[in-house]
Amino acid sequence: MAQMTMIQAITDAMRVELKNDPNVLVFGEDVGVNGGVFRATEGLQNEFGEDRVFDTPLAESGIGGLAVGLALQGFRPVPEIQFFGFVYEVMDSISGQAARLRFRTGGKFSAPITFRSPFGGGVHTPDMHADSLEGLMAQQPGLKVVIPSTPYDAKGLLISAIRDNDPVIFLEHMKLYRSFRQEVPEGEYTIPLGKADVKREGTDLSIITYGAMVHESLKAAEELEKEGFSAEVIDLRTVSPLDIETIIASVEKTGRAIVVQEAQKQAGVAANVVAEINDRAILSLEAPVLRVAAPDTIYPFPQAEAAWLPNYKDVIETAKKVLTF
Amino acid sequence: MASKTQNAQLDAKKVLEAVENQFTTLQILNEEGEVVNEAAMPEISDEQLQELMRRMVYTRILDQRSISLNRQGRLGFYAPTAGQEASQLASQFALEKEDFILPGYRDVPPIVWHGLPLYQAFLWSRGHLAGGQIPDGVNVAIPQIIIGAQYVQTAGVALGFKKRGVKAVALTYTGDGGTSQGDFYEGMNFAGAYNAPAIFIAQNNRFAISTPVEKQTAAKTLAQKAVAAGIVGIQVDGMDPLAVYAAVRDARERAINGEGPTFIETLTYRYGPHTMAGDDPTRYRTAELDNEWEKKDPLVRFRKFLEKKGLWNEERENEVIEQAKEEIKAALKQADAAPKQKVTDLMNITYTDMPDSLKEQYEIYSAKESK
Repeated sequence: MAQMTMIQAITDAMRVELKNDPNVLVFGEDVGVNGGVFRATEGLQNEFGEDRVFDTPLAESGIGGLAVGLALQGFRPVPEIQFFGFVYEVMDSISGQAARLRFRTGGKFSAPITFRSPFGGGVHTPDMHADSLEGLMAQQPGLKVVIPSTPYDAKGLLISAIRDNDPVIFLEHMKLYRSFRQEVPEGEYTIPLGKADVKREGTDLSIITYGAMVHESLKAAEELEKEGFSAEVIDLRTVSPLDIETIIASVEKTGRAIVVQEAQKQAGVAANVVAEINDRAILSLEAPVLRVAAPDTIYPFPQAEAAWLPNYKDVIETAKKVLTF
Repeated sequence: MASKTQNAQLDAKKVLEAVENQFTTLQILNEEGEVVNEAAMPEISDEQLQELMRRMVYTRILDQRSISLNRQGRLGFYAPTAGQEASQLASQFALEKEDFILPGYRDVPPIVWHGLPLYQAFLWSRGHLAGGQIPDGVNVAIPQIIIGAQYVQTAGVALGFKKRGVKAVALTYTGDGGTSQGDFYEGMNFAGAYNAPAIFIAQNNRFAISTPVEKQTAAKTLAQKAVAAGIVGIQVDGMDPLAVYAAVRDARERAINGEGPTFIETLTYRYGPHTMAGDDPTRYRTAELDNEWEKKDPLVRFRKFLEKKGLWNEERENEVIEQAKEEIKAALKQADAAPKQKVTDLMNITYTDMPDSLKEQYEIYSAKESK
C-alpha cells in the first residue's frame, strides 16, 4: 500500500475509473495539460488522452450543461468546478437540470455526473473560493453530497460517486488536500455513499461532524479524554442523504451530542442533524444537542479567517456545556 | 484633426456595420408562394413537400385543439405554436431519426414529429410523469423550461455524437429572448470550441412574452451573434418552410462533415399568446403588426406553391384536418387512461436507489395511498 495525500488519492480514484469505464470523462477548466489548479488531474490527460480528459472554456454553466448533454449520450461525466464558490454560475445545471433529469423523464434517463470541487477555509483564498455551501446543495432532492475527510475515504467515496447513477456533488476540502498522508490501497475499492464512519469510539458524548471539522473534533476528543470524558466522533462522509441510523445508534449509546460544521450556523447540515436527533432520540438525551458552527456572516476576509473558523477549542467548549448540563 | 483613437473608433464602427450588413434574410418562397431564389432551392421530392405540408396543416389543427382543450381544463401548460409551423416543422423535417432535438417549451410539435407519441405530449402538458418517459429510440429531450439551459446541453449532446463517432447532429431551439441568456453564448461557444455537430435555432417571433426584440438587444440581427462564437450564423425567413429546410439541411451536412455548429435565426411570429396562462398579447402588440405577419403565413404560401405544382388541393387538406382531429381525439383518450399519479411514484423516480430517509417517507405515503 502507498502513502498518499488526499489529492493523490483523488487523482488515483479518477485514474481507476477512467481505466475501468470508457464512458468516464474528466473535464473542466485547466484540468488537461495543467492537471488542474490543485493538480487533482495531474497526468490524467497524458495517460488517457485528450478525448477522455479535456479542458473546457471558462464558463461554469457551460461545463454543467456539457455534463448533462454528455450524460444524455450515455457518458459518465466527472466535471470539475474549479472552486465551489463558483457554483452559483452552475446552479441551474446542477439543481435545475442534472438533479431533475431522472425525475423529469419519469425514471427513463439518469444523470450519472460527479461534480468535483475544492472548497473550505483556512487557506487564505480570495473571496468566493472557500465557502462551505454543502447545505445549499443538500437541500436539493435528486443530488447526493459527499465530503471526505481522509485520503482513504476520498478514494473509496470518489469511486462510488463516479459509479453512482445519480448526480453527486463531491466536495474536497482544500486544507485537507496535502495536510497529511495515509495508507491508501492500490486499485479499486469503494466506500458506500450515505454511510457515516465512526472515526473514534466513545461513551459519554457523540460529536457528529464532517470534512475538515472531523480533525478538529478528533483533536478535541483527545483533549477531552485527558479530562476524563470519552467522546465518539462520527464522520458523516455523505451529508445528503444522511446516515441517520449511525447517528441515532451513537446518540442512544452516549445520551449527549454536539454537531460540528465549518459552515455558518444558519440552516445547513448541522441543523438538520439536530432535528433528526430530536425526532428520533429525544428520550435518550441527557442534555440539549448543541452546534459548533461559524458565525452567520459572509465568509470572512482572509485576515479574520482564523478567528472566524470553528476549531477544536470551540468543540471542547461546547462539548463541556453538554457534558456538564 | 481626428486623434488616432478617434480614427480607430471610426474604423471599429465600420467593422460592426459591415458585419451587421452581411446578415441578409434567406428567402426561397415569397408570400405569394413563388420561388424567388432558385439557386437556394433544396433537394426535396414532391412526396416530401406534400408530407411537410401535411404536418403543417396537422400542427395548425393541433394548436387550435390544444388551445380549446386548455380552456376546457383538459390540458395543462400550453404555449401556442400557430405562425411558427415553418420554423418548427421544416427544421425538424430536415433532420434524420438519429439526430437529437433539445426543445424549448413551445417546441412540442417538433419532438412529436420526431417520434414522441402525442398522448405523451398531452401528459407532459397535464403534468403527468409518464409524459417524460421518452420511448427508446426517440431522440429528444423533454421541453426545457429554463430559457437557455437547452443550449449548453446541446453542446454536450453534440460532443457526445462526436466522441461516439456517430454521424448525427444535436438541434436545439430557443426564442429571441433566449439569445440574451448567458447559456445561449456558452452553448454556442462550447460547441464551436469543440467543433461539435450542433445546430442552434433562435425562433425570433419578435416578442419574449411582451418584450420586443428591439429592447432585447442592440444587435441588428440575432444571426450575427454567431460571429463572436466563431461559428456560422444565418438569418432565414422563418415563415418560409423551404428556406428553413434548406438552412437546416445545409447546417446538418456541414456538422456531420466535421465543419462545426451553425446558428440559425428564423424570422417568425406567434399569432397566439405567450402561453395559455393569462397572457394577453393586445397589451404589447398592435393589430396592425398581427395583420402584417399573418400575411406572411407559412401555410398560405406553401399551399399556393403546392397547388400550382398540382401537389395539393382542398380535398387533400380536408383529409389531413379530419385525420388530425381523429388522432388528437385518440391521443387524448390514451392520455386519459394514464394511471392516477401518486406521491410514491414521484419518490420512485427521484433517485435510482432510494435513500433510507426517503424510504421512511415512502412508507408513510404508501400507507396513505392504500387507504
